[in-house]
Amino acid sequence: MSNRTFVLACLTPLLIFSLAFLALPLVRLFLASGEGDAGWAVYLDILRKPRYLNTLVLTVLVSLATTFAALAVSTTAGMFLLRNQFRGRGILLSVLTLPLAFPGVVIGFLIILLGGRQGLVNQLTPGHVVFAYSVVGLFLGYLYFSIPRVLLTVMAAAEKLDPALEEAARTMGASPFRVVIDVIIPGLMPSLIASGAIAFATAMGAFGTAFTLATDIDVIPMVIYTEFTLSANIAMAAALSIVLGLVTWVLLLIARSLSGATVAAGG
Amino acid sequence: MFRSKAKILQLAVTLLACAFLLVPTILSVMAGLTVNYFQGISSGLTLKWIYQVWELYADSIFLSIRLALACLVVTLIIGLPAAYGLARHPGWLSRLLEEFISLPLAVPGLALALALLQLYGSMKGFRASWTFILVGHVLYTLPFMVRSILAVLAAMDLKTLEEGAASLGATPWQRFRDIVVPNAMPGILAGSLTVVTLSLGEFNLTWMLHTPYLKTLPVGLADSYASMRLEIASAYTLVFFIIIVPLLMAMQWASARAQRIAK
Amino acid sequence: MTLRLTNTAKTYPDGTRALLPTELSVDRGEIVSLLGPSGCGKTTLLRIIAGLETPDAGSEIWFDSDNVTSLPVERRKVGMVFQSYALFPNMSVRANIGYGLKMQKLPKSEIDARVTEVLEMCQLQAFAGRAIDALSGGQRQRVALARAIAPRPRLLLLDEPLSALDAALREALRDELAVLLREFDITAIFVTHDQDEAMAIADRVAVMSSGQVVQSGTPEDLYRNPKSAFVAGFVGNAMRLEGRCEAARLELAGGALTLPGDGTGQDVFVRAEDVEISADGPLTARVETVTFLGTHYRIGLSGITGDVLAAIYAGQNAPRVGERVKAGIKPEALMLLPQDPARA
Repeated sequence: MSNRTFVLACLTPLLIFSLAFLALPLVRLFLASGEGDAGWAVYLDILRKPRYLNTLVLTVLVSLATTFAALAVSTTAGMFLLRNQFRGRGILLSVLTLPLAFPGVVIGFLIILLGGRQGLVNQLTPGHVVFAYSVVGLFLGYLYFSIPRVLLTVMAAAEKLDPALEEAARTMGASPFRVVIDVIIPGLMPSLIASGAIAFATAMGAFGTAFTLATDIDVIPMVIYTEFTLSANIAMAAALSIVLGLVTWVLLLIARSLSGATVAAGG
Repeated sequence: MFRSKAKILQLAVTLLACAFLLVPTILSVMAGLTVNYFQGISSGLTLKWIYQVWELYADSIFLSIRLALACLVVTLIIGLPAAYGLARHPGWLSRLLEEFISLPLAVPGLALALALLQLYGSMKGFRASWTFILVGHVLYTLPFMVRSILAVLAAMDLKTLEEGAASLGATPWQRFRDIVVPNAMPGILAGSLTVVTLSLGEFNLTWMLHTPYLKTLPVGLADSYASMRLEIASAYTLVFFIIIVPLLMAMQWASARAQRIAK
Repeated sequence: MTLRLTNTAKTYPDGTRALLPTELSVDRGEIVSLLGPSGCGKTTLLRIIAGLETPDAGSEIWFDSDNVTSLPVERRKVGMVFQSYALFPNMSVRANIGYGLKMQKLPKSEIDARVTEVLEMCQLQAFAGRAIDALSGGQRQRVALARAIAPRPRLLLLDEPLSALDAALREALRDELAVLLREFDITAIFVTHDQDEAMAIADRVAVMSSGQVVQSGTPEDLYRNPKSAFVAGFVGNAMRLEGRCEAARLELAGGALTLPGDGTGQDVFVRAEDVEISADGPLTARVETVTFLGTHYRIGLSGITGDVLAAIYAGQNAPRVGERVKAGIKPEALMLLPQDPARA
């Protein structure tokens, strides 16, 4: 067998698998989205019908809030852990990165333990503070799985920042605050955009967390699920899936072209 | 040590973030071990919830482990040669293929599951078997395996090493076995740990693909959250943590090592 | 083994002609060096001989009486030392050297014996069990050579085998390599861009330029009788004397010289070691640079020809910068070569 044949043979299993279980199903999904009563207008319905439009707006808003909160928290913590050596640093770093692959359902449950009826906050406060099943709970759940992802991306980029740039700015009289504004944030910008896109895309598509928490909240993944299982509105479920998939895919494509890194989506 | 106000503020944010991630985890561990969570630790510690979890959900735990191992085998069989092929054949076609198989990283599992159901849902035998869930898991984990190996292969001068082996009389298959696989080991290890960890925790696809007779560990978790008392749900979560946390740590260690080698 | 190439050429898909149709033969036991600047096609030629590159249709490569043109590299039984050595990082020194023997499916005891023998020849016994990344550059070079030679190939091919080493080590290993190759008693082809290396190691040097072998001969022959300005310049750094030839007389800006023959329509070249600074020389020059090199001085002279002319001065009291000196060149040291058509 010649070299070229061997290399091609190596790619064959992958080609067959991704054709059978990725390409064809996605084509089928796309076709299914146009097979409903509305035909291809189903995509217009997403924008025309208040139920779907409100869902879309709410999902985008929660995801945006998650993104900015995760960026703020993770950049602060990441830079702090990178620039300071102290005892227990490794433990803090592990705590912050370990939930990376926790499934969304588990994170949803953890939020319930924090803000549910039997949750910690409700036990500690005199009033009845139950937020787990509200938008706040959803936001916290998304934040929970976004922190590790953003932290890892930002820290990887911050490690590559040349400390001499900061030192140079300091020798020219810049205050620590100005150094952050003028040197660190511009240096981190590609990775901030990248990890922001990752956080946003993950929050948009998060099903597990929404499944545990958002029984009464309409976010896109929940609406897809209910349209499919309860209303049997397969066309709408497929159309929403396609739109959601396109949005998250494009966002992660941008993220990857900026940072070169991929952190698992999911949740 | 941390004298400036800015440093103290940074430390506070860091600690707060750690608390946010850690406290509920501790709560869940405690809840799984106390006799009555609502009364608190004072009600005493017990393993009875764990025992009940075992009675109720042992099947789903074993199913998940079987699935994860099967998923590992399949992703290795498909992913290892594929990563090699992509490394040896760089070009726009390979980039496109790599991008395409990476779609499951970006596209939500829910959408992929719907797509699979649309195409194969009517094949009853396949739909009802555990291999249907396996396909979903392979779909989701394969890009991690391929990229992990590809990163290591791309970092070494694979072409020259292979030419060296060829000049000593090694056929393509012998070169793959003797040179490519051993040198890709750090990537294979990192990829394998990632695949197993992700497969064990996969919920989004699995929830849509599973049948009442085939519940995986995370599906069982969702089930317990919805219908069991908090102590049992917590105990089950604790069991999950015991399985997943060592794997996660091993995965992070192996990935960091593979990345060092890839640089 | 004798190697014979006929009409061997390589054109890349984008149309680049890396190697023009080339004839080359190498006798049994001969050590031939392919010498030339980067991009001249020497590595392409070597890779075609190895079977790592497919030549254009019509090319023929013969190993003795076997036509190996379409044989893949793994079946050509050649040994190759790569520029980067291509040692397998997943194997020890011993396993690297034994790999080719393992591919021949020799019994384990024989592999062990042969590896031990080669380890001894290359003085690598002490490193047999080491990992590749625990070796120095020079040790790696020897392991690469030992690995190539262990399966007793029909032909040994070396692609810039010393270029990854630093200057001092390179010189020491160059002489060592010359001795080892003769000990192995093997037909070898050796690619280099370094004329000293080529001359120190090879029985015969083939100088290449722009995808062609422009001249081939013993090192002495190439040095003394270059057939073209390129060879004269590349082998021994000959300098052109810009002036006007009238029969056997060369008129230069700094004086006139006698030529060894009729120089009409030809270019005249000289090497630095043949430019003598002496009071009775016919040329007048100004000293521009003086570089002390331990055993001798290298003097840059202006005013003789267009460029600065280098001269080797072996005496104790070198002239100073700015001084006016007299210089001469013996007629037999002047090389008359056809004019470079590119300049004319």
